[in-house]
Amino acid sequence: MIRRLFPHPVLSIALVAVWLLLLNSVTLGGFVLAIIVGTVVPLLTAPFWPNRPQLRFGWPMIDYLAIVLWDVLIANFGVARLILFRRSEDLHSAWLTVPLDLRTPEAITMLAGTISLTPGTLSSDLAGDGRSLLVHALDAPDREAEVRRIKHRYERRLMRIFP
Amino acid sequence: MNPLIEGIIAGLLVLGGSFTLIGSWGLVRLPSLMTRLHGPTKATTLGVGSCLVASMIFFPAAGLGFTAHELMITLFLFITAPISAHMIAKSHIHRQGHRLDPNPADGIREALPPTGGPTDWATYWQGGEGTPLVVSDADQPPREQSDGRG
Repeated sequence: MIRRLFPHPVLSIALVAVWLLLLNSVTLGGFVLAIIVGTVVPLLTAPFWPNRPQLRFGWPMIDYLAIVLWDVLIANFGVARLILFRRSEDLHSAWLTVPLDLRTPEAITMLAGTISLTPGTLSSDLAGDGRSLLVHALDAPDREAEVRRIKHRYERRLMRIFP
Repeated sequence: MNPLIEGIIAGLLVLGGSFTLIGSWGLVRLPSLMTRLHGPTKATTLGVGSCLVASMIFFPAAGLGFTAHELMITLFLFITAPISAHMIAKSHIHRQGHRLDPNPADGIREALPPTGGPTDWATYWQGGEGTPLVVSDADQPPREQSDGRG
C-alpha cells in the first residue's frame, strides 16, 4: 500500500523540500501543497521509471558531493587558464572511451553529469549497451591517465552510493 | 553594512563576472565545436555560482532576510548544464557522419574511438538482438539472463 502510494520515496521527499525552498517560507498551506505535489508527481511519472534505484545515504554521499564541488572550483581555474594562455595548436584535445563498471541508469547519469561539470572533460555519448562512455577531453596529453583518474576519482565513489 | 562584507560581495561579483567573460571568450576563441562546449559548461558554473553566493550574503546582511532561491538556482543549473551540453555533443556526433570530424582544427584528426563492447555508440547504433539499453539489477530475480558476456 505504502509502496503503491509512494513509488519513489526519496523523490517525494526531495520534491517536498524543493517546493518549500522555492516558496521560501514554511506555511501550512505551502506544506499541504508540497505534500500533494510530492505524492502526485512520483505517481504520475512512475510508469516511466519502473525500477527504484538503490541508494545508500551517509558518508559516501557527502564525500562525493565535497569532491565534486571542489573539482568544479578547480576545473574553472584550469579551463580559464587553458582558454586564456594556451595556443590552439598546443591543445591536446582527445576522445576517451571510459569503460563503465556502473550498471544502473541513475548511477551512469550521475557519472556523466559529474564528468561534464569537472576539469576539461565532457561526456558526449553512451555505448548502445551502456557499458562505456564517450568523453571529450579539452586537454589530455595522457589518455590512459585521464581515464584512470575518472574511474578512480568518481566511479569508485559512485559505486559506494549505488551498490 | 559592514565594509568587510561589502568587500567580500564586491570581490565575488567581480570574480563571477570575470569567469563568465572568460567562458564566453572561450566560446569565441576555441577552435572547434567540441572544444567550444567546454567554455560554457565550466567557466560559467563558477561565474553564476559566485554571483549567487554574493546574493546569498547580500540579502541577510542588508536586513532583507535569508532566501533559499539561490540554492535552488544552483541545483537546477547543475542538473541542466550537463544535459544541454550532452545533447549538443550528441547532435554534433550525429551530424559529422559516422567517423571523421570534418573540422580538424582542434587536432582531433582521428575517428571516434571504439566502444570496446559489442555495440556501437548509442547515436549510431540501430539496436538489435533485443539487448536492453542498460539492465538494472534492481527488482529482478537473481541474475539469470544478465551478464552474459561478463
